[in-house]
Amino acid sequence: MQELINRAKELLADGTVARVLGWKKGDMSYNPEVAYFNNAEELEGFVYNGFCAANLSKYLIEASKLEGKTLVFLKPCDSYSFNQLLKEHRIDRDKTYVIGVGCKGKITVEKIRDLGIKGIESVEIDENCENITVKTLYGDKTVAYADAMLERCHVCKGKEHVVSDEVIGESRDTVDAERFAEVERIEAMSPAEKFAFFKAELSKCIRCNACRNVCPACSCRKCVFDSTKFDSAQKANVDSFEEKMFHIIRAFHVAGRCTDCGECSRVCPQGIPLHLFNRKFIKDINKFYGEFKAGEDAETKGPLTNFTFDDVEPCDAVKGGN
Amino acid sequence: MQRIGVFVCHCGSNIAATVDVKKVVEIVKNEPGVVHAEDYQYMCSEAGQALIAKAIAEKNLTGIVVCSCSPRMHEATFRKAAERAGLNPYMVEIANIREHCSWIHKNIEEATEKAVILARAAIAKVNLNAPLKAGESRVTKRALVIGGGIAGIQTALDIADAGYEVDIVEKTPSIGGRMSQLDKTFPTLDCSACILTPKMVEAAAHEKITIYTYSEVEKVSGFVGDFTVDIRKKARSVDMDKCTGCGVCQEKCPSKKTPSEFNRGLGNRSAIYTPFAQAIPNVPVIDRDACLKFKTGKCGVCAKVCQAGAIDYEQKDEIVTEKYGAIVVATGFDTIKLDNYDEYAYNQSKDVITSLELERVMNAAGPTKGHLERLSDGKHPKEIVFIQCVGSRCSDDRGKPYCSKICCMYTAKHAMLIRDKYPDVNVTVFYIDVRTPGKNFDEFYRRAVEDYGVNYIKGQVGKVAPQPDGSLLVQGVDLLDNKQILKKADMVVLATAIEPDPSVRKIATMLTASIDTNNFLTESHAKLRPVESPTAGVFLSGVCQGPKDIPETVAQAGAAAVKAIGLLAKDKLLTNPCTAKPDELLCNGCSACANVCPYGAITYEVKLINDHGIREERRVAQVNNALCQGCGACTVTCPSGAMDLQGFSNRQIIAEVDAICR
Repeated sequence: MQELINRAKELLADGTVARVLGWKKGDMSYNPEVAYFNNAEELEGFVYNGFCAANLSKYLIEASKLEGKTLVFLKPCDSYSFNQLLKEHRIDRDKTYVIGVGCKGKITVEKIRDLGIKGIESVEIDENCENITVKTLYGDKTVAYADAMLERCHVCKGKEHVVSDEVIGESRDTVDAERFAEVERIEAMSPAEKFAFFKAELSKCIRCNACRNVCPACSCRKCVFDSTKFDSAQKANVDSFEEKMFHIIRAFHVAGRCTDCGECSRVCPQGIPLHLFNRKFIKDINKFYGEFKAGEDAETKGPLTNFTFDDVEPCDAVKGGN
Repeated sequence: MQRIGVFVCHCGSNIAATVDVKKVVEIVKNEPGVVHAEDYQYMCSEAGQALIAKAIAEKNLTGIVVCSCSPRMHEATFRKAAERAGLNPYMVEIANIREHCSWIHKNIEEATEKAVILARAAIAKVNLNAPLKAGESRVTKRALVIGGGIAGIQTALDIADAGYEVDIVEKTPSIGGRMSQLDKTFPTLDCSACILTPKMVEAAAHEKITIYTYSEVEKVSGFVGDFTVDIRKKARSVDMDKCTGCGVCQEKCPSKKTPSEFNRGLGNRSAIYTPFAQAIPNVPVIDRDACLKFKTGKCGVCAKVCQAGAIDYEQKDEIVTEKYGAIVVATGFDTIKLDNYDEYAYNQSKDVITSLELERVMNAAGPTKGHLERLSDGKHPKEIVFIQCVGSRCSDDRGKPYCSKICCMYTAKHAMLIRDKYPDVNVTVFYIDVRTPGKNFDEFYRRAVEDYGVNYIKGQVGKVAPQPDGSLLVQGVDLLDNKQILKKADMVVLATAIEPDPSVRKIATMLTASIDTNNFLTESHAKLRPVESPTAGVFLSGVCQGPKDIPETVAQAGAAAVKAIGLLAKDKLLTNPCTAKPDELLCNGCSACANVCPYGAITYEVKLINDHGIREERRVAQVNNALCQGCGACTVTCPSGAMDLQGFSNRQIIAEVDAICR
């Protein structure tokens, strides 16, 4: 972490960047916050640890409008979102300086709570990210790091940054699960079971918009759900709109652009596994158009915004869509 | 608020017999915006149009809904009528209560309810309509014909004779197409080459016609009147200007083992070749996959023997970019693959051949020099069985559901020619039906039966089994006598179904021309616009549109030419004003719309935007209205809903859906 701070100070001092985008300590040891740092003094508050899960790419849309370059720290998976936003002309590459940071998987206090640990006061992570010590009202508990990891890290996209100006720190291979296993489980359900599953999950939605606001693909200047132009705003007031449509429409809007960064599920206060919608689209895209990773590069057309002679025929897609 | 008039047509009894038109009028009177509603026997008649004009004037209508037939029939009629009465033509909407309602329902109550719903949807849309104005675009006075068979040649000749420049693009080394492979033509039995070659020569010599052989259309952009096309001239490895067509290179070429495409693989050709003697141009090409020079680097015989110094191993593909006002597709056909028809033993026996292969066998320039012989042992056959409808009129997905149309006639031709030349040969034809409509066609077939003693058996063949003695055991059924037939044959000829040439899919995609489930190009109207594709400026010639014989192909080729000429004769075209329009305040600048636009109509510009007081430079989409064809791909791709289609806005469509679901 100190290496990151030192490098950021250097880049600020020599005028390469005008500000730094990173994470600072939150009100608890397990909830660091996204923050801008404008000088060396402020950088003393910078933190980078296993809880720094937030994907900073989306912030660069606004940062691109500021004077001078913004230094940003991106984990390998965040770099895909960054590239996708470059492709969509939302980020100005010339206004950014990307330091790829090593990642050993990110953890969340929710997972620790799920393990049955109550009265959490603070959490300490050992140097190698193998174990974490949880200080609770009822004494210290030790938890394996992997058991507190976010779902997305169990199916990690890889240790490489697809875009960066420099890389600091080592990453770790954290994959120990099959990425599409849960999607396949749902595909195998009967239509009635599927409907019941999604109804149960989506009826928890309180329409706080956290998923939309955090999503790097959901970066429209004006969201269709907020616009008075489309008669679709505020439908939540009159019917169970989000339960039926909001998340589905959102999944369609980000299809082919979603990098599966998992932020939607991470920030959902209701614990809805929203990433499953997106992952189903990714699975189908892979199946019908060949392996595709949104954000792998910043130039090529994605399969859903391109036409080729090898494109799947709609009749085949319907038959094989599961 | 709009002032809308609704006009409900009886269409004689076409609508009124199934829809209670008076009731529709009573109900729609109460719809929002409607200030006038009436019904009439024939709205499209002059009297009906006068009613509309009168109502527009007297009631100060700002929009009208005509509940009548499909807009494909009379939308233009009513738009013009409204325009004459001083209304913007795009303030007219059609509710199709005939094809979509009265024709498909029997119950009057249900049909009436549906007619009301369709009218409501149209009214809801008109409430949000805005006047639109058509722009103008120019016409490039040059036509492109894709395919150099008899269809393409005839179309090109007709367009050129009218005084317009035409380019023919042909993918093989010579023009001529399938017709050049045929021996004789029905129903007059004249030699195919004898009647085709003069047309080929005429096309080649015509000052208005440019022929690109061994070339393919690579890219098409633009729109009716103003297409831009990239043509890939594949490297011939022979300089067309220097070559004298002497043919020595082909004689001396040591690589002579490549199956001849022209002879359907029944004979071999050299690596440097012209497909047939009368080829145009008479300039060979080097098949680089077969050529020893290209494969091993050693050889170069053709270059040594060429007196003209025309051989050029270094030649590269060349891209020619040309502008056209009209494009005619004449990509023709091929016979289907017979892999799904193992029962006929096509892949097991050399003596089971397709009818097109028989054409080559019967032809003096073919692999047997025109002698009828078994390809396995060269023996003269005594017993020949023809099997009709192989892959045609097929109810499962092994073959094609349609009738290939030409097979009954060419089989009668083959049977007759064989019986005429070799009276010792017995000819048997197994058929489902014999279909011979056409001038002098049935007479032709009857001659085969009555004068030439061809044995026609109604019934299909279940199996052809090659025997150890080299003969073929044909197991069939005679449906008229209701008995099984076992017949020994020396040769079996399969009347193989025809299908559009596989290249048509790629071409249709490039032209955004629609094709049906059998890969035939779709016509704009099956009866009234049979040679026009629904894509403006694209015309259809020959079998690419549906199975046809030569007389029909030539007739259709002329029809396609006339349609192309009609377009080229215009100096300006009115453009469709229903084009995409971006809302710059909502635009993210993400390029998704530009990526999906098939017409290259969308570009991006960095502009100073004032978004409710926030002034900033933004990258926003711009639509070129001359290029936009209003397909709407951008509107559904835009994640923020910034892109909208004028005349078919998202709000209008949703209003229609809401009206239907009310």
